[in-house]
Amino acid sequence: MADTILEIRHLSKSFGSHEVLKDIDFTVSKGDVTAIIGASGSGKSTLLRCVNLLETPTSGEILFHGKDVTGRGVNAPEYRSHVGMVFQSFNLFNNMTVLENCIVGQVKVLKRSKAEARETALRYLQYVGMAPFINARPRQISGGQKQRVAIARALAMGPEVLLFDEPTSALDPEMVGEVLAVMQHLAGEGMTMLVVTHEMAFARDVSTQVVYMNQGVICEQGPPADVLENPQRQETRDFLARFRKN
Amino acid sequence: MNLFSKLVNDVSRLWANYASAYLGGMWSTLKLAVVATVIGVLIGLVCGILNTIPCGKNDSLPRRVLLGLIRFVVRAYVEIFRGTPMVLQAVFIYYGLPYFSNNTLRFDDIWAAAILIVSINTGAYMAESVRGGIISVDPGQTEGAKAIGMTHVQTMVNVILPQAFRNIIPQIGNNFIINIKDTSVMFIIGFTEFFAFHRYITGVNNMYFPSATIEMIGYLTMTLVASFLLRWLEKRLDGSDNYELVSDDQLVMAAGTYSYPDRGSPFDERHKPSREAVIQEVKFGRNRGER
Repeated sequence: MADTILEIRHLSKSFGSHEVLKDIDFTVSKGDVTAIIGASGSGKSTLLRCVNLLETPTSGEILFHGKDVTGRGVNAPEYRSHVGMVFQSFNLFNNMTVLENCIVGQVKVLKRSKAEARETALRYLQYVGMAPFINARPRQISGGQKQRVAIARALAMGPEVLLFDEPTSALDPEMVGEVLAVMQHLAGEGMTMLVVTHEMAFARDVSTQVVYMNQGVICEQGPPADVLENPQRQETRDFLARFRKN
Repeated sequence: MNLFSKLVNDVSRLWANYASAYLGGMWSTLKLAVVATVIGVLIGLVCGILNTIPCGKNDSLPRRVLLGLIRFVVRAYVEIFRGTPMVLQAVFIYYGLPYFSNNTLRFDDIWAAAILIVSINTGAYMAESVRGGIISVDPGQTEGAKAIGMTHVQTMVNVILPQAFRNIIPQIGNNFIINIKDTSVMFIIGFTEFFAFHRYITGVNNMYFPSATIEMIGYLTMTLVASFLLRWLEKRLDGSDNYELVSDDQLVMAAGTYSYPDRGSPFDERHKPSREAVIQEVKFGRNRGER
């Protein structure tokens, strides 16, 4: 396809002798919302961190618009500025206010003017419903609010893909909704997203592609209707059955 | 009681005669301690930053060799200056340099010598504190900064160092207070600070105990003021405990003329039903029929 953004080819990652990812292959096109599901320890987060080069893949390629970004001499920071990431533990900068968190990357990395950065930051903070809190510091707001700020910070960089690493796992059930609402809205606007999640309802309703991972390999992938409602593999069925029970 | 009033009497007599000497000594001590602590902290920052430059297996060989060398030099500096007494370092540098260079290299200015010695001593202690301060910042902060495309330098300057600096202020305070007291060993190279005046004055009149009392009170005053100022600085850096909510109107006014592409927000009125639905769903699960 012409508008393929990310192409993962034969990606493997080992920590010492422990092989966490084995020969991962998949493609993300513009507008795709890919939900990566699987049990804990199946390598979902490692996969996402490899895509953002926070972990260096042991072998394989990650093509961003057809160009490999895993080799030497690749400007990793430049690549990362096109790929937003939202973490499970928010990782907002503790020494800055909410507004400064959303401005600093634009000014330092994208070299935007302060005024322009402020305007963009305010727009996205308004988008996630956090504009009234621009003067607060991360330690003063709740988990759900932090995660919404983190999403605004990533959006303000104008990324082509947004990676979400279990964005709701560290949140109280009450706060999960507000974060999912933002993500659902983003998906509706055509944002390309790669979401590691345990929220099956989100995977079912919002995603366009579901990847089920088991022990470091992609066990099954396809549209949510196929993978979630009519799984072909026994492992997938077992996993989903365990989830339904809870 | 009689003895006590005698002490008060002696102290006030000493003070009446030598107040300017004592105060001058305190001033020298403070100047030396402040300047040396500031320079020492800068040395410590540089060493700590050099020591925490990431070095992975994927880096090129020259880079790894260079970083290894830097780490070795910093380590040697820290171990040597932390592991020897400052009095000896003072003697070693002040008298050693002329001895070693046949008097071509020597300190003409006693201040320069004292500042140099106390600074590099403080730097050796601070290097480890800074390294600790940097590695104690949550790794998530580095990841957050990397994820928005910051380079190592940008991450350090904007995110890590401000937080590390906040963490090491108590250490800076420690070193400052130690410096106020330990500069007294600089008498060995003839630097006249607060304690040197005690030696000088008691040499003239034998009033050891009253003079020591003045010294005690003087040192305690300086260190208490220093502690107070550092606590204040810590509070300042933490920022306010409170924050003001900003209403949307104010934002529009503050940002001047900005034109939204109206994509709406999941948090505006229009999207309230769908937002509520998601929240309800997460809270209570969905209805059977919808599954």
